[in-house]
Amino acid sequence: MMKKTLIASALIGFFASNAAFANQETDELRKVIADQQKVLESLERRLNETDQKLNATADQIDVNTEGSLFSNTTIGGYGELHYNNYEDKDAKVDFHRFVLFFGHEFSDTVRFFSEFELEHSIAGDGKAGEVELEQAYVEVDINEGLSSKVGLFLIPVGIINETHEPPTFYGVERNGVEKNIIPATWWEAGVAFNYKPAGGVSIDGAVTSGLNVGDDFKIRGGRQKVAKATAENLAYTGRVKYTAIAGLELAATLQYQTDITQGGDNFEAPIDTAAATLLEAHAIYQVNDFTVRALYARWDIDGEEAKALGRDEQTGWYVEPSYQVNEKVGVFARYSEYDINAGNSASTTVESTSVGVNYYIHENVVIKADYEDLGGASDSKGFNLGFGYQF
Amino acid sequence: MKKYFSLSIFAVAMAFSHVALAAKGVYQTPAAFISQSFVDRTAQAKVLWLTKDDKAVVADILQHKFNRMRIRYWQVDNETVWILNEIGKEKPITIGVHIKKNYINRYKVLTFRESRGDEVRHEFFSQQFINATLNKDNRLSKNVDGITGATLSVRATKKVARLALWLNAKVITNSL
Repeated sequence: MMKKTLIASALIGFFASNAAFANQETDELRKVIADQQKVLESLERRLNETDQKLNATADQIDVNTEGSLFSNTTIGGYGELHYNNYEDKDAKVDFHRFVLFFGHEFSDTVRFFSEFELEHSIAGDGKAGEVELEQAYVEVDINEGLSSKVGLFLIPVGIINETHEPPTFYGVERNGVEKNIIPATWWEAGVAFNYKPAGGVSIDGAVTSGLNVGDDFKIRGGRQKVAKATAENLAYTGRVKYTAIAGLELAATLQYQTDITQGGDNFEAPIDTAAATLLEAHAIYQVNDFTVRALYARWDIDGEEAKALGRDEQTGWYVEPSYQVNEKVGVFARYSEYDINAGNSASTTVESTSVGVNYYIHENVVIKADYEDLGGASDSKGFNLGFGYQF
Repeated sequence: MKKYFSLSIFAVAMAFSHVALAAKGVYQTPAAFISQSFVDRTAQAKVLWLTKDDKAVVADILQHKFNRMRIRYWQVDNETVWILNEIGKEKPITIGVHIKKNYINRYKVLTFRESRGDEVRHEFFSQQFINATLNKDNRLSKNVDGITGATLSVRATKKVARLALWLNAKVITNSL
């Protein structure tokens, strides 16, 4: 009996000491877990803080990036270098145009835009080049569909007069029809409005300074370039443009010049009033990688003096199919005719056939090459090389 | 007399300029685009952090450097919405793109800030992006016809479509 009691006591003592030991161990484990919990909470807190700091840093960087993205003042530009080699002329290389754009947004509805150009690299007395202000106007949005601008701006006519950055067209030089008949690039001073009655329909109207031709009645030479320009006789321009089908543009411009001699400024003897009307129409159609451009332009000029020279009618047209082989390469062909003496009976039409390629180093940087065969009143052939950029 | 006609027109234009719409060029807010895309579902706003390699792909699509570190997007299951800005000629165009199962489901110009090229905001143009997906070269599976005189705006809209599809593929793959 005594022996059993001793054994039981020993066992109780053994288990009791074990239980005490286990309790002590559990307490220590609990303490370790509690400590680890504190460390985890601290780490989590620091992780959140780091996350917040990272987001705040990224926010600040994004604000800086957005700041420049949404800046109120913008600059841009384009330029083009040309090499011309024709059989009847000396080969020439020319940095034809170096252009800078400056724009400023005064508010959401009032903005300024300008285009400043250096032509032929160097300007001054006896130099080939010119420094020109081609655009400088303030535009005001009157409501969502109507805007108005005042200042010096491009006449809304033709395909390349308003959009002529080198990567946007084929051919090293601008086509002869728009250059000699329209005459691009053509800017005047005045006031204009643009009204968009429906999606893809645009109506432009402008009242501007007019042309002032010499006694040769050449339209291109009549551009006064808003340089102390005679403004006795104004011009009125209207254009309707339809672009409501993707890939299609149809547009027509009608302009009435009240007197393209500005009262006979450049003539010794009194002359007839030479009111003139320009009609221009064009179509552009793009299907997949194939595009075709076609344009027709015609001047009708009043007065005996223009008629005597056969320049009471001056016309031109061209058609230009092109194919974008891939994102780097596009090829084109163009046939054009223009005649600044269409009012006479002689054969004075210049015929031009061109083929060429645009190679895009970058979407905004292009290398161009084309071959041109001139016939009709001109008889020459040659090739042009060039590069152009825009930004 | 005629020479004063132009001044009169401008004076009238100025007189009415005070009624100019403050929200000119804002055609839909991002919040409205997101909620219309997901209808009655609540979208989870998320952020995609871009790695150096990601930025290289983004720059290749946009054809210029991309300086942002992350892009916000909204997701419900395998649908995402991206609100992206890309410059047309001078100003950013804000575009909303809703992508469902790797195809563009909705595409809308939300804000247009330039004076030319706004034809891209119209339905006849933007509907060309619907059901477009991305091919192996990160090009759109569908041809998108351009708008003459709006070349730069059209180019920006194509880039945004490609970028949104690429970003969508990235986050959907990551979430699988």
